[in-house]
Amino acid sequence: MIVGLSEYLTVAAVLFTIGVFGIFVNRRNIIVILMSIELILLAVNINLVAFSVYLHQVTGQIFAMFVLTVAAAEAAVGLAILVTFFRNRGDIAVDDASMMKG
Amino acid sequence: MTSTSVLSLVMPELILAVGALALLVVGAFGGDKATRTVSIGSGLVLIAAAVASGMGPLGVAFNGGFVADQASAFSKVAIYLMSAVAILLGEPWLRRVGNARFEYPVLVLLAALGMGVMASAGDLISLYLGIELMSLATYVLAAFQRDDARSSEAGLKYFVLGALSSGLLLYGASLIYGFAGSTKFADIAAHVAGGAGQGLVFGIVFLICGLAFKVSAAPFHMWTPDVYEGAPTPVVAFLAAAPKLAAMVLFARAVSQGFPGATEQWSQVVQAIAVISMGVGALAGLVQKNLKRLLAYSSIGNIGYALLGIASGTEQGVQAMLVFMVLYMIDVTGLFACILAVNRQGRSMDSLADFAGLARERPGLALAVTGLCFSVMGIPPFSGFWAKYYVFKAAISAGLWQPAVFGLVASVVAAFYYLRIVKTIWLDPSPGVTDAPPLDAKGVAVAAALFSFPLVLPALALLDPLAKAAAAAFGLG
Repeated sequence: MIVGLSEYLTVAAVLFTIGVFGIFVNRRNIIVILMSIELILLAVNINLVAFSVYLHQVTGQIFAMFVLTVAAAEAAVGLAILVTFFRNRGDIAVDDASMMKG
Repeated sequence: MTSTSVLSLVMPELILAVGALALLVVGAFGGDKATRTVSIGSGLVLIAAAVASGMGPLGVAFNGGFVADQASAFSKVAIYLMSAVAILLGEPWLRRVGNARFEYPVLVLLAALGMGVMASAGDLISLYLGIELMSLATYVLAAFQRDDARSSEAGLKYFVLGALSSGLLLYGASLIYGFAGSTKFADIAAHVAGGAGQGLVFGIVFLICGLAFKVSAAPFHMWTPDVYEGAPTPVVAFLAAAPKLAAMVLFARAVSQGFPGATEQWSQVVQAIAVISMGVGALAGLVQKNLKRLLAYSSIGNIGYALLGIASGTEQGVQAMLVFMVLYMIDVTGLFACILAVNRQGRSMDSLADFAGLARERPGLALAVTGLCFSVMGIPPFSGFWAKYYVFKAAISAGLWQPAVFGLVASVVAAFYYLRIVKTIWLDPSPGVTDAPPLDAKGVAVAAALFSFPLVLPALALLDPLAKAAAAAFGLG
């Protein structure tokens, strides 16, 4: 079987969907949300690299490099905010983040 | 193109980037004692960047990735000046609550740099990098009161939903790249000229959803009320103004320069988002007791009006959007400055009840709040009226009379909650004594109120041709 563009796009779409559902369905732990965000970004990277190879262009791979860099910065900022949240609450359960409603 | 001419095109961003890094070093060596120096330095850097973008040359740099045109110059001057106001409001406030850290002005500078890149983005990569540079700085700003549980919760919610929206936007960008074969807006436009295929339409929809998150348009607004309520008030004053304009300009540029051949498709999506935003902003605001939360719904509604300008898909519509956003930014900054100015026994006040009887104690401040409320409501001759007039006129002349009528009805409904603020201030009995308002907050509040009327009339004469030239840069019909 030859693995073509559509197979890569399907894998990426599945990973993307898992990531989005991971954010909305997960009711336990905020760390899982951070993992879901990484999953979304990696799905995008698969898309970009697959298209890049398919189109015989390097742009998509350059884009993927930028996405990787930004994802690292985003994880750092996210974890830092999570640490201040933990210091204030002593817990990182999703249901705890509900002081403000309405 | 020579490297010097490229560098002169990106001069405002260079000033900001070098300024932010240099001030970070000053702060790192000087510690929190250097906060005042770093704040003043940041203000000067922002003003220098505003001047550089207002006077700088126009052109395209970095192989189409960075565009300096009338539109980017117009919005960057507004963005950088509003960011300077955010430092002016924020630094004294943080000093009063005992959290004067030098990171605040540096983060505002980095966010402003991101917004500058957004306003100049000419391809999908610089679009994404600009958005992320702005977002990462604003996530930290929202959680800046790190000992306050509400502030860190606001930062966390903003981060999670913001990261999700970046993911959606990026997925859309990857699909657009794949199906159009390029990340540059100009090349995408050439590819879309004959109509967009299914993959591209998917990409456009994801991209619009991501951008709608950033401008807090319904149904992607769920982060807005919580972030507005929890984040420190001067940070909210910043978030409600400059980032919104940057994201709206990026929105207009992405759809008008990237997909002029698919106007039919994106206009429908933007119209739907605009109508839902106007409805949600008007109805959900009615039941709010917290003033910051109320202003969050007000901003959702107002973004709906601005999106109506983009949905028109005409040059007149984009001009209306730019005028609307500039006038709205000044109003909303003034309203948040009023919230900052009202304190009782050293505690800051943000519920509606705290403002009761303000008119007897602080008549000047009460007049400012009243004027700004009338302005956001859209009562002539205040600035908000002219803003809405531009948008509705553009929408109707583009044939969007149904959304325009809906918008008029929504603004009548929303008038109720602004009138409730005015009634509370003038007629309700006061619960106690207010402290003398701090000079910075009061100054900004009064200046914004004076702008909303009567200064808006001469300002509009200046703003109208500038916004028209800016809108012409998008090349719409």
